[in-house]
Amino acid sequence: MKETPLSNCERRFLLRAIEEKKRLDGRQTYDYRNIKISFGTDYGCCIVELGKTRVLGQVSCELVSPKPNRATEGILFFNLELSQMAAPAFEPGRQSDLLVKLNRLLERCLRNSKCIDTESLCVVAGEKVWQIRVDLHLLNHDGNIIDAASIAAIVALCHFRRPDVSVQGDEVTLYTPEERDPVPLSIHHMPICVSFAFFQQGTYLLVDPNEREERVMDGLLVIAMNKHREICTIQSSGGIMLLKDQVLRCSKIAGVKVAEITELIQKALENDQKVRKEGGKFGFAESIAHQRITAFKMEKALIDTSDAGEKAGEIIAEAEPPSEVVCNPVLWTPGTAQVGEGTENAWGDLEDSEKEDEDQDGSDEAIILDNMKMDTGVELSDTGNQDATIVLSDSEEEEMIILEPDKSPKKIRTQTISAKQEKVPSKKPMKKRKKRAVN
Amino acid sequence: MEWATQIESQMHTETGASAEAAGSRGLGCSLRHFACEQNLLSRPDGSASFLQGDTSVLAGVYGPAEVKVSKEIFNKATLEVLLRPKIGLPGVAEKSRERLIRNTCEAVVLGALHPRTSITVVLQVISDAGSLLACCLNAACMALVDAGVPMRALFCGITCALDDDGNLVLDPTVKQEKVARAILTFALDSVEQKLLMSTTKGLYSNAEFQQCLVAAQTASQHVFRFYRESLQRRYSKS
Repeated sequence: MKETPLSNCERRFLLRAIEEKKRLDGRQTYDYRNIKISFGTDYGCCIVELGKTRVLGQVSCELVSPKPNRATEGILFFNLELSQMAAPAFEPGRQSDLLVKLNRLLERCLRNSKCIDTESLCVVAGEKVWQIRVDLHLLNHDGNIIDAASIAAIVALCHFRRPDVSVQGDEVTLYTPEERDPVPLSIHHMPICVSFAFFQQGTYLLVDPNEREERVMDGLLVIAMNKHREICTIQSSGGIMLLKDQVLRCSKIAGVKVAEITELIQKALENDQKVRKEGGKFGFAESIAHQRITAFKMEKALIDTSDAGEKAGEIIAEAEPPSEVVCNPVLWTPGTAQVGEGTENAWGDLEDSEKEDEDQDGSDEAIILDNMKMDTGVELSDTGNQDATIVLSDSEEEEMIILEPDKSPKKIRTQTISAKQEKVPSKKPMKKRKKRAVN
Repeated sequence: MEWATQIESQMHTETGASAEAAGSRGLGCSLRHFACEQNLLSRPDGSASFLQGDTSVLAGVYGPAEVKVSKEIFNKATLEVLLRPKIGLPGVAEKSRERLIRNTCEAVVLGALHPRTSITVVLQVISDAGSLLACCLNAACMALVDAGVPMRALFCGITCALDDDGNLVLDPTVKQEKVARAILTFALDSVEQKLLMSTTKGLYSNAEFQQCLVAAQTASQHVFRFYRESLQRRYSKS
């Protein structure tokens, strides 16, 4: 499905509103939309909602052999998927420019900033390391995918626990969660992306643009920063020229926003940890708002299936009894048997014909071989025969004739000559022979 | 656990019971807690998240909408189902489930009312804790209702598991699925509780199949009651 285009009057309206420092959702210039973080029942699973933009993050791990040039480092893998659920314009299975850009930016933000200690993911140097895979699914697209995705990725990584392993000599033991508590990843810092949209060639700036604002913006500046105000990645796209002051001002705003978001993330993580420790209810079921009119819950329902057996019995009794099929397997040939009814097996016949074919092929080959041996003989016998010279040409017609079985032995011989001619890399010796034959 | 002990005690008393008697032991069948939220995504025309215990599926529906010329059907709507796993890319298992769900949806959606259009159902697995296909079906149905796609009936998915002793478990968890001898998933319609789709794995007898089907039909009434109550709640205030 195609994206609905934005009409000119809508565009003008949005731009004029921005000029008047107003936003459609009533936010101020530097305001973020509400961020909601909810966790799933399993470790490393979270949904981040940034306004109406929603991203599902899931971290998984696997023991793999490391890259040869980085023998002691674990592998980090990020994959952001734009499913069609998020917006109708996202086609499944297509790597759009936007997707490539977002994936690359995420990698730069999270892998290249070295926020995860990859050396701690090493089990046996050069042999076994953990591969951490972060899958991010965009569920609903309402602008600013990258901020939501970077928050989801770091939250999922913080929430994730990998199975414990122990190494004794050459033996590596992997413990199930029941045997030993899974261990969290060691995370140095939490880089978070903050997006700035620029309008009117950089005159106006908005933090956290929504989908409509993204459509009318001129340029985008993404700054990835951690709470220590260290810039991890900076990317400007859209082709606008930014002044030094503008970038500095953006980095200052980013610092404030990142501090707020980091605090929120830590609070959410602590909450979840507490609930898990106390053995309370957790998971997505708990994060559904009860008061919402669109949500509904039903407690565990007991189903009385005591009469299921009787009813089933009745149904079977009522139904016509299935026709009695005697299942005596019939062995046709060794390796080919038949169970039940059916038309007569045609496998045996097929095999016979195949055999015949094979036989024919075999005999043909034999003839060819014979003729090859008799090469000199053929030359002698064909002396003065015009046919021979013609036959020696490569034309396909000749080959067709050859394949017919009821040909005189002479023809077959000529066929072999032509076959040989094909095999011979250079035709020179043949030509010589031809001349001789003519003579 | 109470139920489990009860079943065991019954088993000891009913030694040498026939398959039909085994069905009467299925007293302890229960559905896990259900939760559903509709219209939670802004972009799709209809959306729903369905939770069965810890299993959770999010569904989004687009349609009736523009269709690609190559997929256009002149006398009915083209129904597409996409199922996305949580980890990695969709594989053969997802394709097979997509097909089952699509066939079920096609049986109830009145596609002839919207010829030369497309109806797309996108399903995202949020967490898998057993009975995933049933949950997918339920989520798809609720999302189709939310999108206002005309249907001749609602449908629901019910998964049954048979363990080695022939006990029937409704709405099994991953653990129960792992030890089960056979897993049967049915899709039933809301009008007559007739079978729309069935897919099975493992060994079972004819009697056991009928028994599972009857149990699923009983359970489906609970699911449809849940649908009704959740929709009543949704449309209670304007």
